[in-house]
Amino acid sequence: MNDKIYRADLSTLKAWIEDVPENLNSLGGRGLTSAVVASEVEPLCHPLGKNNKLVFAPGLLSGTTAANTGRLSAGGKSPLTKGIKESNSGGTSAQLFARAGIKALIIEGLPENKNEYYGIRIRKDSIEIEKTHLWGKGNFETIEALSKGNEKCGVISIGVAGEMKMAAANISVKDPQGKIRSLGRGGLGAVMGSKHIKYVVVEPSENDQVHVEDPVKFKEAAKKFAKALMAHPVSGEGLPTYGTNILTNVLHEAGGLPTRNFSSGNFEGHDKISGETMHDLIEERGGKVKHGCHAGCVIQCSQVYNDKDGNYLTSGFEYETIWATGANCGISDLDSLAYADNLMDDIGIDTIETGAAVAVAMEAGVLEFGDSKGFVKIVEQDIKNGTPLGRIIGAGAEVTGKVFGVTRVPVVKGQALPAYDPRAVKGIGITYATSPMGADHTAGYSVTSNILSVGGFIDPLKKEGQIELSRNLQIATASLDTAGLCIFTAFAILDNAEAMEAIVDMLNAKSGSSITGDDVMSLGASVLKMEREFNKRAGFNEKDDRLPEFFSLEKCPPHNVIWDFTDEEIDSFWNF
Amino acid sequence: MKIRVKLFAQFRKNRFKEKEIEVSEDTSVSDILKLLEIDEKEAGIIFVNGRHFENKPVLENGDQVSIFPVVGGG
Repeated sequence: MNDKIYRADLSTLKAWIEDVPENLNSLGGRGLTSAVVASEVEPLCHPLGKNNKLVFAPGLLSGTTAANTGRLSAGGKSPLTKGIKESNSGGTSAQLFARAGIKALIIEGLPENKNEYYGIRIRKDSIEIEKTHLWGKGNFETIEALSKGNEKCGVISIGVAGEMKMAAANISVKDPQGKIRSLGRGGLGAVMGSKHIKYVVVEPSENDQVHVEDPVKFKEAAKKFAKALMAHPVSGEGLPTYGTNILTNVLHEAGGLPTRNFSSGNFEGHDKISGETMHDLIEERGGKVKHGCHAGCVIQCSQVYNDKDGNYLTSGFEYETIWATGANCGISDLDSLAYADNLMDDIGIDTIETGAAVAVAMEAGVLEFGDSKGFVKIVEQDIKNGTPLGRIIGAGAEVTGKVFGVTRVPVVKGQALPAYDPRAVKGIGITYATSPMGADHTAGYSVTSNILSVGGFIDPLKKEGQIELSRNLQIATASLDTAGLCIFTAFAILDNAEAMEAIVDMLNAKSGSSITGDDVMSLGASVLKMEREFNKRAGFNEKDDRLPEFFSLEKCPPHNVIWDFTDEEIDSFWNF
Repeated sequence: MKIRVKLFAQFRKNRFKEKEIEVSEDTSVSDILKLLEIDEKEAGIIFVNGRHFENKPVLENGDQVSIFPVVGGG
């Protein structure tokens, strides 16, 4: 069985299925979305215009029985960064795509009729564009309506933020509980909205399964891989017990928890929004401490968070969100952050970019730091209804800074920095500066060696070793993103050679290839270079690989450190 | 001398969250772990005054030690 590319052209309202070109055959996930964008999208096109494309692709191992391989990549030219974008997420769609033999879905063109809105319905050997009345609805209502009588279908949708083409709009992916995972960063929801696509539904057919060339070898390797994940203390115990939000206290203690728009590395309200407090509240209120974003996840880092009366408030309430809307805005009311998180899921807007933009607005005095009610109002009334203030915040931190005349605007390539201060965690600063995606912690998570002491220790306050660390991680991550592996598998991969061997064995057993670990790394390196090349053609140069000036001018307490890499040092990242 | 100790995640169970303890001069981070009956292998992250403990193996009066199990996220 050969996988196919499914394509929908909104300019002609035609959709068809085509063979996979030879050069894309060995790619999946991020490698595939980036290769399609690099070869098919005009780098200077307007991200919301007819020449941009939106590409979805499951990873190379997605849909198989291997643990933690259910990631879906989305790619296109980003309206936030104006560069290439890949964002990936859990949920059920990656596995449904892969099992139906859908190598990628490419959505292109713009509809002529400005008043008609569409959905795309796909299953094995079939793709249709259909008109929809769901435009204007929230993500939850959209998923519920599409899943009625069709519970096992996958749904990929946008909320009203995507419809309004906000540069911080994300794309939602239905998870096994019918809730939401997000293709969060870079505004791909706006690209989907520009094409008047409200949703993609993927319907499972009976007997859908991924073809595995050597099932016996695959099973053996998959077993070894799952064992390595379970044996590592982070993926086997730390993440399932306290989730990602354990990092609030870790980063506070390390002095790298960005607070009140990156003005300090300590937040006095850290304990109230910490993973420990959240864990106790979840148990007390009958929520779920462990929860997976896709079937086959053995790590279960996610959770279900209830309100004080035991009613569902939100799920997938992660460290990055809690930081962006909490410490970064000076807010320590966890219940109101959970309420806002659920709202942002429904509206379909990136929680990191939104939190960062509101913090910039707080800096300008639009509202006070710590104003949790004000934060909720901005999301619930302004962003949701597209008021002028909502449009400004929804355009991201950089635009918000420009509109209100703020100089402390934490962005690289137009994308807001996530939850680690680059002055106090220097390795992640190199990733923020150099990633073709803009400031993105997942692109090369140097926090591992800088703070968590996983994969060795490199002092976060010193420059030594950081460039090499970020480079190695960014290359490895591009490979993991291509395979469709969850980034949290990296903890085991960094500390245990058997995990990487198992991945190579699984890739070979699946496709009948005979690649080596080195080949997997070269693949990651080539994906990174391909993405950088697209950005160059889109007008980027090395000067875009820089952190904002204030990081070099203002000391970050408590360690009172500044960002002190020279331009030459940063540029040496690309020597590979 | 006085050392402030902060414990996190499951290390708080049957111990404490934060406490000032009185120890003799030349007490090291390892001594603190032994005192608290925490296995060194289980202590994934240890900060002394917000820095990785290897920067300061021997403690001084007024130091703050923060101890986490092996955790991650992101």
